[in-house]
Amino acid sequence: MLADALLLQLGYNATLVTIGACLLGIAAGVAGTFLFLRKRALVSDAISHATLPGVGLAFILMVGMGGDGRSLLGLLVGAGISAAIGLLCVHWLTTRTRLGEDAAIGAVLSVFFGFGIVILTIIQTMNAGRQAGLEGFLLGSTAGMLRGDAILLAVSAALVLVLVLILRRPLELAAFDPGYAQATGWSMGRIDLAMMGIVLVVTVVGLKVVGLILIVALLIVPAVTARFWTERAGHVVIIAGAVGGVSGYVGAAMSAIAPALPTGPIVVLVGFAMFLVSLLLSPGRGVLASVLMHWRYQRRVHMRQGLLALAQGQPIFETLTHRLLRRAGLILPDGVPTSEGQAAAAKALLDETRWSIVRADQSFAAAATRYDGLTAIETVLTPDQLNEVDARIKAPEVVA
Amino acid sequence: MSISLVTDRTASDEDARMASPLAIRGMTVSYGQTPAVFSVDVTVRAGSMTAIVGPNGAGKSTLLKAALQVIKPLAGTVSVFGKPLAQMRDRIAYVPQRASVDWDFPTRVIDVVTMGMYRQLGLLGRVRSHHRAAAMASLTRVGMADFATRQIGQLSGGQQQRVFLARALAQEAEIYVLDEPFAGVDAATEKAIIAVLKELRDAGRTVLAVHHDLATVPEYFDDVVLLNTQVVAAGPVEEVFTDANLHATYGGRLTTARIDPESVAG
Repeated sequence: MLADALLLQLGYNATLVTIGACLLGIAAGVAGTFLFLRKRALVSDAISHATLPGVGLAFILMVGMGGDGRSLLGLLVGAGISAAIGLLCVHWLTTRTRLGEDAAIGAVLSVFFGFGIVILTIIQTMNAGRQAGLEGFLLGSTAGMLRGDAILLAVSAALVLVLVLILRRPLELAAFDPGYAQATGWSMGRIDLAMMGIVLVVTVVGLKVVGLILIVALLIVPAVTARFWTERAGHVVIIAGAVGGVSGYVGAAMSAIAPALPTGPIVVLVGFAMFLVSLLLSPGRGVLASVLMHWRYQRRVHMRQGLLALAQGQPIFETLTHRLLRRAGLILPDGVPTSEGQAAAAKALLDETRWSIVRADQSFAAAATRYDGLTAIETVLTPDQLNEVDARIKAPEVVA
Repeated sequence: MSISLVTDRTASDEDARMASPLAIRGMTVSYGQTPAVFSVDVTVRAGSMTAIVGPNGAGKSTLLKAALQVIKPLAGTVSVFGKPLAQMRDRIAYVPQRASVDWDFPTRVIDVVTMGMYRQLGLLGRVRSHHRAAAMASLTRVGMADFATRQIGQLSGGQQQRVFLARALAQEAEIYVLDEPFAGVDAATEKAIIAVLKELRDAGRTVLAVHHDLATVPEYFDDVVLLNTQVVAAGPVEEVFTDANLHATYGGRLTTARIDPESVAG
């Protein structure tokens, strides 16, 4: 069943929804990365909640003009305008008052959302409002998705990708070092405006699919997930786009086989599952890797300290050190070193002596940063450099 | 007679400003109602190394940022070789304070240096091999070539500062504006940076730096601007860097400034 869904074998509407959600996921992942890197991820939450009054007012306006008020394009234009006003409010509160961005976001988000709910309630009392289905904008509703909606998603996703491709340098620079960007002549105002415009497009077209409450997850989760797998901004963007696309595709496919399951929340949960896997298993920044690294590191430190103590004839007090050395066959139960133990201890001491020379000499600066008290120096220096260091151990400098 | 004297003087001031790689005039910056920098005129001499010196909160960094329009001044104009700053951006390389960025940002040393060429590359220009070579050459000048592919989070404070300087070098600018380049760096880095800056000066470039260590001012710099919200004195170090002027700048805080542990260590 799931295989059918993943292979787009579940009929026309399910296929449209799956492809649409995938495109939205890619666009949201890519656009969200720059918000995340610029540390302004929550602004997207203010934008999405600020769309609601626009949706309601656009509906009322269209009904007032004699239509049935359900034109998606009309509703989305309304959403875009009110989201832009919300964004301007956040910007104005942050730059012109002493309020921080967090407080400004909280204020704008709740006021706009509250206002939107009031308008939706009023629409419920209107004759035309009963079947309007505007609640679908809260959590997304893909059941009635049309070909035109999917095309709108595709065009928007393409637009977002093209804009990011063109603006990638200023966007990256603004996220890393805004002061430098401004000083070299990039206008931070314009870069931020472009970034927010891109996010606005994604948010507005994503309303129908995941809803305004959850769109923020689609913007942030892929970027956060991608960050676990790379140390380069360009790669974060690409991986985030992929994570977003896969969440959209798989999430929509899963909700297609169980139509009672809402698409938006499932898409977000699939993204979250990918985040969780990354959080646990990422080799560089994951939780398991760091626990394991700490565990190994602690043991190596104990080994090393034990060997240095042996080399200098000092007793070993810590039980962990004692146990590790014994298990490695380097000492006897009474703490006396075996012959292997003596050799290893002498080697450890030589390593330390060589390192102290390397660290004192500026010409070895790059190598010196590799010092962690554990790394064998032969893995860092070339044999020639090692000979140079050893020459200094054997022939101490003559003073005057 | 006196009238012509005044005219001569303003005329020569004007000439100095036209020739100056960075001339700041009437600069006032304020956070709220208290000015951080008030009506400051600074004319940097071409081909010099100039230090901006003053107590904490004197507005040193603020002046630099306002001069480069990183922050918006309340009043004041900036000219670069007599032309408005906006036309001359590419002549200026800025080295911000190291602590102003997040060093956990996903990028490598060589990528940061390449950012120095983003203006030149434009939006879509490809990074070609000669750009990469130029970035590596900048890293070599600051002794960081071995670190090119390291993630920036792995660098020490001094290494971070050198990378920032390398990024500025990659810009191929004429004026280098540095905000506290020696703050919290090791002695070796301080030596390396000052050597690079002196090379730049000797090649005819101009260097302007906020500096916090009074002890090294005469050794490192040609000119000095003593700043405490306003300019207390400005000119060649041997004329201006006097006990009387320092006292006027620092007031009772001079003793603590003199025994700054950084300067003792350096």
